[in-house]
Amino acid sequence: MTKRFGTVPAVEAVSLDLAAGEIFCLLGPSGCGKSTLLRMLAGFEAPSAGRILLDGRDLAGVPPHRRPVNMMFQSYALFPHMSVAGNIAYGLKQEGLAKAEIAARTAEMLRLVQLEGLAARRPDRLSGGQRQRVALARALAKRPRVLLLDEPLGALDRSLREATQAELREIQRRLGTTFVVVTHDPGEAMVLADRIGVMDRGRLVQVGSAATLYERPATRYVAGLLGDVNLIEGRLGPGGAGQARILDTPLGPLTGTDHHGAGEAGASAVLALRPERLRLAPGSEGEGDGESLPATLLDATYLGDRILYRARAADGRVLRATAPAGTAPLAPGEAVRLGVPPEAAALVPA
Amino acid sequence: MSTRLHPLALAALALGFAFLYGPILVLVVYSFNASRLVTVWGGFSTRWYASLAADGALVTATLVTLKVAFASASLATVLGTLAALALDRRGRFPGRTLFTGLLVAPMVMPEVIIGLSLLLLFVALGVDRGLWTIVAAHATFTLCFVAVVVQARLATLDRSLLEAAADLGAPPARVFLTVTLPLILPAVIAGFLLAFTLSMDDLVIASFVSGPGATTLPMRLYSQVRLGVSPEINAISTLLIATVSLGVLAASLLTARRG
Repeated sequence: MTKRFGTVPAVEAVSLDLAAGEIFCLLGPSGCGKSTLLRMLAGFEAPSAGRILLDGRDLAGVPPHRRPVNMMFQSYALFPHMSVAGNIAYGLKQEGLAKAEIAARTAEMLRLVQLEGLAARRPDRLSGGQRQRVALARALAKRPRVLLLDEPLGALDRSLREATQAELREIQRRLGTTFVVVTHDPGEAMVLADRIGVMDRGRLVQVGSAATLYERPATRYVAGLLGDVNLIEGRLGPGGAGQARILDTPLGPLTGTDHHGAGEAGASAVLALRPERLRLAPGSEGEGDGESLPATLLDATYLGDRILYRARAADGRVLRATAPAGTAPLAPGEAVRLGVPPEAAALVPA
Repeated sequence: MSTRLHPLALAALALGFAFLYGPILVLVVYSFNASRLVTVWGGFSTRWYASLAADGALVTATLVTLKVAFASASLATVLGTLAALALDRRGRFPGRTLFTGLLVAPMVMPEVIIGLSLLLLFVALGVDRGLWTIVAAHATFTLCFVAVVVQARLATLDRSLLEAAADLGAPPARVFLTVTLPLILPAVIAGFLLAFTLSMDDLVIASFVSGPGATTLPMRLYSQVRLGVSPEINAISTLLIATVSLGVLAASLLTARRG
């Protein structure tokens, strides 16, 4: 699918397959096109090119009110002139269901989101968390094939967010509805999603599980998005996707794994190294397996579950490495070696 | 910041209000004057209010005014709301600015010109002048007030509410009836009340476009005043002021209400 506003592409040649019953997170910074993509699925924007297939039926020309897809809005968009029950029943009334059926389904939804006592309340007399639940119940009441959620937890404060994430997962498991969640928060995507699609400047950069994105990033952007990472740039040696390749860096040749095709031999590329995968050892002698870099320890920060070390490498750059808490602490100023295991070092295009 | 007013500021405020409302107050007070002489106080009485009902011409004029106000306000409300909806569409259409300008222009156009041009139009079309030409003329010049009031309300309406309704399966017409209209209703009613009161106290335009048998209350009052002010005029004017004030007050309360 492609969507252009004027000549500016907001979503560029995105191709995506959703599995029934999964939670799929579209992750990216604001303005990356993830919301536009979601609005195309809902029918509020028409794609400039491409198709949207649901069970083999093309939805591209179908107006929003005839799509078997519902959306939970970032602002929740609760109708202020209706009660909680009225909001939830709104979609059911549009289907022309019998009164008893509507009442039963509304009660069922209220139970699902644990708001039984508040059916008659107006939305402006609810807390943020309660409003979020009403919005969820309203969108789920019609039993959509796919539920679209635009920053579903964006308006909640931090403490509420974690509990709500678990709840959202729980509800999705119980109903088996396919969820498409748009978020800018990598942590939220990792907690919620079965699969994450990272978007950057209108393009879908990489799709995969949180583990895949974390351990086998396809681009420098993805590597930096999820968690902390050391990046060392250099020139690629021979080889191709799926192989271990040498990267000629200012710190000397380092071996990394090229998961997705980082480029031709001689092209510039980046070695992405997670701090917890760098093997920190005291002393100035190498240990033998893989390459190791000599460095001088700058400082150590105790973080409870781990200790974060910053070390200055031979060319002056600072690398970060973590060691599990409880290991004997190393003193700043000490000479260390940072072991680079090739299987944990991902090669990505520069 | 002090909430106390400086004595001078207070005096200026009192003078300002006295200037604005003094004459009206005098009129209201004298409408309860027992004396037949307008300028001489002869004690409290409501006799002029009682004698109003007996004045056939005045009662007829009042009924005409109410009919015109109701019909023209209804027409202006429907058309003004539609205009506001057209102007509020997110997608700008070609000529939108021009359309806005044309719609709001009657607000500042001299009434004499509106009246005269409508008269010329009705003559050119060969329309018999009477109650319905006043209705049409009043709807024309009150429509813009309705449009402005409703548009202000629409501007604060959250777009995603309408999208949510569509998303939940409501076709466009039902989105309007179940979400848009209930949410802008206070503004629509306020617009109606404004149009109603504007129509009620209009003299100039009505004088141009009315015909035989369709004399509105302001026209009737004006012609009577030329023969001399009677206490009855004070009484009917007081009633007119009360009605208009109530209408404007209700309209402003409705626009100020949130949610």
